[in-house]
Amino acid sequence: MSLIEVKNLGFTYGVGTPFEKKAVDNLSLSINEGEVVGLIGHTGSGKSTFAQMLNGLIKPTEGQVLIDGTDIWAKPKEIRKIRFKVGMVFQYPEYQLFDETVYKDISFGPRNKGLSENEINKTVRKAAEFVSLDDSLLEKSPFDLSGGEKRRAAIAGVIAMDPDVLVLDEPTAGLDPKGRDVLLAQIMGYHRERKNTIILISHSMEDVARIADRIMVMNRGRLEMIDTPKVVFSRVERLRSMGLRVPQITRIMTELKQKGYEFSDGILTVDQAFDEIVGLLKKEGKL
Amino acid sequence: MTRDVSFGQYMPGDGVIHRLDPRIKLILLIAYIVFVFCAFNFVSLAVISAATFAAVMLSRVPLRMYFKSLKVVLIIVLITSALNIFYGGGDVLWQWGYLTVTKDGIFRAIFVSVRIVLLILLSSCLTFTTTPTDLTDAIERLMKPLKALHVKVHEIAMMMTIALRFVPTLLEETDKIMSAQKARGADMDSGGIIKKVKAMTPILIPLFVSAFRRAYELAVAMECRCYHGGDGRTRMKVLHMKPLDYVSLVISGIVLAGIVLCNVFFASIV
Repeated sequence: MSLIEVKNLGFTYGVGTPFEKKAVDNLSLSINEGEVVGLIGHTGSGKSTFAQMLNGLIKPTEGQVLIDGTDIWAKPKEIRKIRFKVGMVFQYPEYQLFDETVYKDISFGPRNKGLSENEINKTVRKAAEFVSLDDSLLEKSPFDLSGGEKRRAAIAGVIAMDPDVLVLDEPTAGLDPKGRDVLLAQIMGYHRERKNTIILISHSMEDVARIADRIMVMNRGRLEMIDTPKVVFSRVERLRSMGLRVPQITRIMTELKQKGYEFSDGILTVDQAFDEIVGLLKKEGKL
Repeated sequence: MTRDVSFGQYMPGDGVIHRLDPRIKLILLIAYIVFVFCAFNFVSLAVISAATFAAVMLSRVPLRMYFKSLKVVLIIVLITSALNIFYGGGDVLWQWGYLTVTKDGIFRAIFVSVRIVLLILLSSCLTFTTTPTDLTDAIERLMKPLKALHVKVHEIAMMMTIALRFVPTLLEETDKIMSAQKARGADMDSGGIIKKVKAMTPILIPLFVSAFRRAYELAVAMECRCYHGGDGRTRMKVLHMKPLDYVSLVISGIVLAGIVLCNVFFASIV
């Protein structure tokens, strides 16, 4: 059985007002345990609304979300429990930091979960380790950290709840290229160790191509496709019609192939491209 | 939750009221508020109610929006009219212990509730049909004479504009921060009052921090565009009185005359 099962999910904003808008429309899919799913789509395609329905921050107007086979809204009073199961990192999460010290801020989630002081200490330090926050930073005020450190502290605050599913809404937005790479590597390191499910919303096709097992594409509230990166990024025209593009390296390699070089299809990362090119040069005896 | 604030939200449109000069609208609002309290009997109350109703209809804003803003003050209306019922002199209609209901009291209650309803309708009519920028513009222009008394008219108007401008932004921000803290398991709905107040800290602190950040950024952006206060500042849109504005003044004069006449020719009730 899959971990997350979404059935005919729909959400309409402002029902009965002039501002009525269907943000998510008849969306069905299932996500397995331990999977890394990338979620891409144009601005306003309903990505964030969909993500917030996964942990019950938004109540769907149609359809249901099943986690471990039970509808999360079966007992509306216990919706808080779902939030510990499905952790959600919002866009620009550093704006949610509030406590006196970084340690206290990261412990906010675990404390709400009702862990003992001992367990809190363990889980906070573990979470800080995942995002490489130095122990000395934990006693500082979160407002004294640098931008990147703030971001990592905020993500640690969600990781510390030890959720089975971690949803990240554009975690690398506004970071410099190196910061992006480091943060993604840390998230993937966490994923490998904890073996939990990750849903990554991103505008960076490169990031998604690099880490996702499957990619779901949303357009105007609908699920356009959900498949492996190779398949998704082979539909260049379709993606372009939705205002999306393929990773730069995929485009370059496709165009080189059209020019007559014998590369294989669906190259998604620079490393793969490097191997391909080196392989081709060796074959032609130029290397 | 915070999205439901409809009270005083500008509704785009092209009705007669929308096209009036904001200065005129503001003056007329003040005038009509005075009229409402100058109606001393049912006939004059009917006159001012009719005038209000006409303004509401002319605004071409869905009546639903007016009902929404009335809903906000429903409790105030109920409490004040309930209090007034028991505070009249004259013939006793009904008595229970200290509580006495008189004819006078009932009239008074009706008057008070009609007056509150009219006030809300009139001020909603203004805010529904006037953008906040136009409104502060009008305030600035009307307060200009105060400059002689060294009142910083322009600065006050600018502060109002900025404050109004940031209401929706901060509401949205509150929504976002609330969702983020809820996602971390914050419990904001259960527990006693102290627990609930404590539960607000994780929302208020980030909200204040971001409000200060925004204020700082806005100040920098304004300075970058050479803002230096009101001196020597000209306007892109200069307000002009149009025939429609004079017509509305004349009509309002007639309404005033009607109320005064009704007050003279019919007995006062309150």
